[in-house]
Amino acid sequence: MTYTSPVPVTDGHFYEGSSLELQGLTMAYGDIEVLKDVSLTVAPGTTTCIIGPSGSGKSTLLRGVNRLHEPKSGSVRLADDDALALKPDVLRRRIGLVFQHFNLFPDHTALDNVALALRNVKGMSKKEAARVAAARLDEVGLAERADHRPRDLSGGQQQRVAIARALAMDPEVMMFDEATSALDPELVKGVLNLMANLAQRGMTMLVVTHEMGFARKVADQVVFMDEGRVVEAGTPDQIFDHPESPRLRRFLSEVL
Amino acid sequence: MDWLDNIIKTFFDFDAMWQVFPQLLGVGLVNTLVISIWATVIGIVLGMVIAIMGISKTRWLRIPARVYTDIFRGLPAILTILLIGQGFARFSQQLFGPSPYPLGILALSLIASAYMGEIFRAGIQSVERGQLEACRALGMSYGSAMRLVVVPQGVRRVLPALVNQFIAIVKDSSLVYFLGLLVSERELFRVGQDAAVLTGNLSPLVMAGLFYLVITVPLTHLVNYFDNRFRTGRRKATPPKSGLDEVEEQNQNSTTAMTYGSNT
Repeated sequence: MTYTSPVPVTDGHFYEGSSLELQGLTMAYGDIEVLKDVSLTVAPGTTTCIIGPSGSGKSTLLRGVNRLHEPKSGSVRLADDDALALKPDVLRRRIGLVFQHFNLFPDHTALDNVALALRNVKGMSKKEAARVAAARLDEVGLAERADHRPRDLSGGQQQRVAIARALAMDPEVMMFDEATSALDPELVKGVLNLMANLAQRGMTMLVVTHEMGFARKVADQVVFMDEGRVVEAGTPDQIFDHPESPRLRRFLSEVL
Repeated sequence: MDWLDNIIKTFFDFDAMWQVFPQLLGVGLVNTLVISIWATVIGIVLGMVIAIMGISKTRWLRIPARVYTDIFRGLPAILTILLIGQGFARFSQQLFGPSPYPLGILALSLIASAYMGEIFRAGIQSVERGQLEACRALGMSYGSAMRLVVVPQGVRRVLPALVNQFIAIVKDSSLVYFLGLLVSERELFRVGQDAAVLTGNLSPLVMAGLFYLVITVPLTHLVNYFDNRFRTGRRKATPPKSGLDEVEEQNQNSTTAMTYGSNT
């Protein structure tokens, strides 16, 4: 079956991303502090890439922002709201999160994966939710796969369904947690293209990635983290061409 | 061949078997199935409640669920049935009349729910954490996430174990006779037993046993079939294909402009 998109998706559809501001964010698992005093500002409609070694607190940072894990101290502001004072469910509706391992619902079709939260959270009718979900799937180039289940989709297609699912909630910020790390090498580019396209159309994005090429080309700001702290932050030029800290220089010499 | 004759007479006396057959079919089988199915349905509902309580973050839900499970799994079925069946007889009389039948069902349900609670809990906890997180990240409540996504996946995984539990209940339903059933309420075992006492011959009990096997054996094989299918999946092998197919398709389908050329 084919779906036609009711919303213009190519050039006409722009997002209105909100700003995101972290101040002194500290997070802990039990007694162990895994994020220490992180401050970060993401201007509306810009993309910030977070790079750094595994275990440096990148994923924890994303989980703190949408409070899948409650921060220990510090503040998070989403647009003009104190994110830590909002109800978690309300906050999460406004921030999309894409996971490394997709986390699609295996017994739902691609369309139902996108439509489920539209019905349950946004209270849309079945028909309305299906219409919006079809449009979102079309937007990520998967209109023809709407009735496939996740196991019948490739990793790249699954991840694009996951992006469509997050976008369907009309988030003000999109967060990506190593969204391409689990993909076939040939399928990485397609997903990165899609992400770059979102960035270009005004979405505010916070992207944890190991794709240095993406960070360099798409990011407005690159943040290098290690041991739970922000070691260095700046424009891609500053970070990749003129790194200041020895730790970042060492990191870049290993990965580039 | 005296001994062979003896065995046949004792266990496989065709006349005695044939005589009890209508009663086994019309009374015994019906009651066994009614008791077992009721106990299973109530056991599933209670068991799900126990399972959800058992994985709660709140200790005051978790601990009672644990204690409940330990008690009803730890006691012999016959003891639970007698305690419930006789202990609540007066209470039951006001609700259901003099028959101990409902209390027998209740006792079996309590036992079943303890086992089913553990089965459901294991199934729900085997669902990847990412499923719940994906729901929560979309703004769904814990309850919605469990109801719509996590629990259905967990239940599907333990369907074979649930069928096994039903088989156990069918067998345990024979213990209800201890409570003293009316003639029309007798289940398979009691019907067979009564006939055996009456005729001084074990053949009616053997016949009752065959009835149990007719229920349980096909179910056992159904479980194995399910189990196999879940383990190997329904997927057929597919020939190898080129990863480029999808890259090509993506490039054609994509309504998004290629803004980001290369990832190196």
